[in-house]
Amino acid sequence: MAYNCVVLAKQVPDTKRITGQAMNEDGTVNRAALPAIFNPEDLNALEMALQIKEQYGGKVTVITMGLPAAAEILRQSLYRGADGVILITDKRCAASDTLATSYILSCAVRKLNPDIVLCGRQAIDGDTAQVGPQVAEKLGVPQITYTEKILNLNGKTITARRSIGNGWQEVRTKLPVLLTVVDTANEPRIPTAKRLMKYKAARCRIEIEAMAKQNPSIDVEAVCKQLEQKGLLIRQWDLDILGADLKWCGRDGSPTKVHRIQSVVLTAKETKSVEPTQEAIEAMIHELIVDHTIG
Amino acid sequence: MIEVNKQGEVWVFAEQHAGTLEDTSIELLSKGRQLADQLKVPLAAVLLGDRVEPLCVRLGQYGADKVYLTEHPLLNHYQTSSYAKVLDELIHKHKPQIVLYGATPVGRDLAPRVASALKAGLTADCTDLQIGRHEIPSTGKVYENLLLQIRPAFGGNIIATIINYDRWPQMATVREGVMPMPEPNGRRKAQIVRENISLLPDDLMLEILAEHRQPKKVNLKASRIIVAGGAGVGSKENFKLIWDLAHCLGGAPGATRAAVDLGFIDRDHQVGQTGTTVRPVLYIAVGISGAIQHQAGMSGSQKIIAINNDPEAPIFQIAHYKIVGDLNQVVPMMIKAIREKV
Ligand SMILES: Cc1cc2nc3c(=O)[nH]c(=O)nc-3n(C[C@H](O)[C@H](O)[C@H](O)COP(=O)(O)OP(=O)(O)OC[C@H]3O[C@@H](n4cnc5c(N)ncnc54)[C@H](O)[C@@H]3O)c2cc1C
Repeated sequence: MAYNCVVLAKQVPDTKRITGQAMNEDGTVNRAALPAIFNPEDLNALEMALQIKEQYGGKVTVITMGLPAAAEILRQSLYRGADGVILITDKRCAASDTLATSYILSCAVRKLNPDIVLCGRQAIDGDTAQVGPQVAEKLGVPQITYTEKILNLNGKTITARRSIGNGWQEVRTKLPVLLTVVDTANEPRIPTAKRLMKYKAARCRIEIEAMAKQNPSIDVEAVCKQLEQKGLLIRQWDLDILGADLKWCGRDGSPTKVHRIQSVVLTAKETKSVEPTQEAIEAMIHELIVDHTIG
Repeated sequence: MIEVNKQGEVWVFAEQHAGTLEDTSIELLSKGRQLADQLKVPLAAVLLGDRVEPLCVRLGQYGADKVYLTEHPLLNHYQTSSYAKVLDELIHKHKPQIVLYGATPVGRDLAPRVASALKAGLTADCTDLQIGRHEIPSTGKVYENLLLQIRPAFGGNIIATIINYDRWPQMATVREGVMPMPEPNGRRKAQIVRENISLLPDDLMLEILAEHRQPKKVNLKASRIIVAGGAGVGSKENFKLIWDLAHCLGGAPGATRAAVDLGFIDRDHQVGQTGTTVRPVLYIAVGISGAIQHQAGMSGSQKIIAINNDPEAPIFQIAHYKIVGDLNQVVPMMIKAIREKV
């Protein structure tokens, strides 16, 4: 039996390369100031989906919600083997917290009626690990968080191994199901040159519109039509297409709000320098014994 | 969601496995106690399981005024769907203002499911919680006595304070080890409130076929002294220096992620954002640069000694004792000094 897999992926700022300039005054993050990457564990989710397709047949659709620039991770998904990709982009999604995000994503997932939804365990910008379980709840399907391995799929049920921190569990549940995948699950494949050549021209409408703003000679309709014929037009959904109730989206749909953002300042405490000599070190140890730190 | 309820209690989800309470739940009770006292409301633990009533004694000793106890054979093993169902019902019934969960694998599996069902907010992996006020800049409207949910974000590069002023309860998962362990008070007793909730086999979405839990090889959180080694130690063989120094101080060996990745020591010893958070009396950082993700797990140590041959290493900014030198010389000197003095 073939499986219809949907992967939820996120484009994230590369949090290893953050500077103070990357923050807006209102406490939100200026993502444009950071290099944007495919959230690492979402690549593990995509890899797991591709392996399901290779073993059992079916298809893999990758959905991302984000700014138009997030289309880049959709292209990267196509390079790796995704069959279809969808960008959810809408100004009214802005400032969504995990609850609102999961509502919007669940509206999109429902339209695709998948057997298996796969997400990375967590995204490196927020590290919340909340969106997966919240999407599962909204869909009313079981969740297997921290999935390390699929042990069996038999058309009706899935058996998987999940990490529980200091050990593991083997669990079985009915399909449809939502999995969150950990980075130890697999080694994500690298894009193939052939698919890269084929899909590097893939664009979504909003990208073409942006190009037309720069260069008025571009006829948006004609370009989209051409791309569509070649199978290179990335599907683009907004909240209207999703039929989403705006009360649960964006700022209004988000119970959590940012109160304050502080950059981490490494506090300089009073530091005593100790020479790397036996006498100096003995003096230090003596001090620590006197103040009952050791001994 | 439930409406804003300023009289609502503070709740702690008491996580247990096979009749043993998780340390994090105990830590949360001490924080919950502070918050409840500030808000002048009761602190309650919520305990789910099968025949777990004996645990109520400890929950009381560690600060709970009440324990909401739901016992059912189907709650014997943790499962997302059944536990979420019970919590959802209890929250609707009693309308607590704050609900806290440990950011354990269970807490992080359960809390978002409950939040989604309640359509309420949830902040993940907090490292501190406080009570405070929030003013909306555009309207000047002020909300008093909110839960300030404080957490690192962006790989630990920023600290965000999150609030939730209208769609309650205010819920958060809290990182393990960041709240100090309280002392039990043998005279304290919690009132037990039994909550019978009907559950059917269909409420269990999973079958647990097999489970394996290995006890941690080292309990860093319980150690008064930690001697941690980094990539600078150079090799697994040379890591013996770390073990030796830890041994002569009666401490435990810790490590950075780099040292773990290089195979110098087992992952159970990792300190930091993706390892254990520790707050020992003494932390000795040997050949550790002091990356922000490492500091996230040890900056709460009472005293820090750093040994590094790079005088500019960031670890020195939080160290009380700065030793610029080669660890291969300095560590043996320390061992000698300790053997002579203690
Ligand atoms: C999302 C994320 C999560 C992370 N989580 C963690 C975590 O939980 N814990 C963690 O530790 N890291 C974590 N890291 C990794 C972290 O960023 C650093 O890479 C890591 O802490 C560096 O380890 P280190 O200090 O051992 O190595 P290095 O940074 O390589 O430092 C080695 C140090 O040893 C010194 N040295 C070398 N030789 C000698 C000598 N002979 N004598 C004295 N000093 C010497 C050097 O001067 C240097 O300062 C995380 C990273 C990311 C992105």
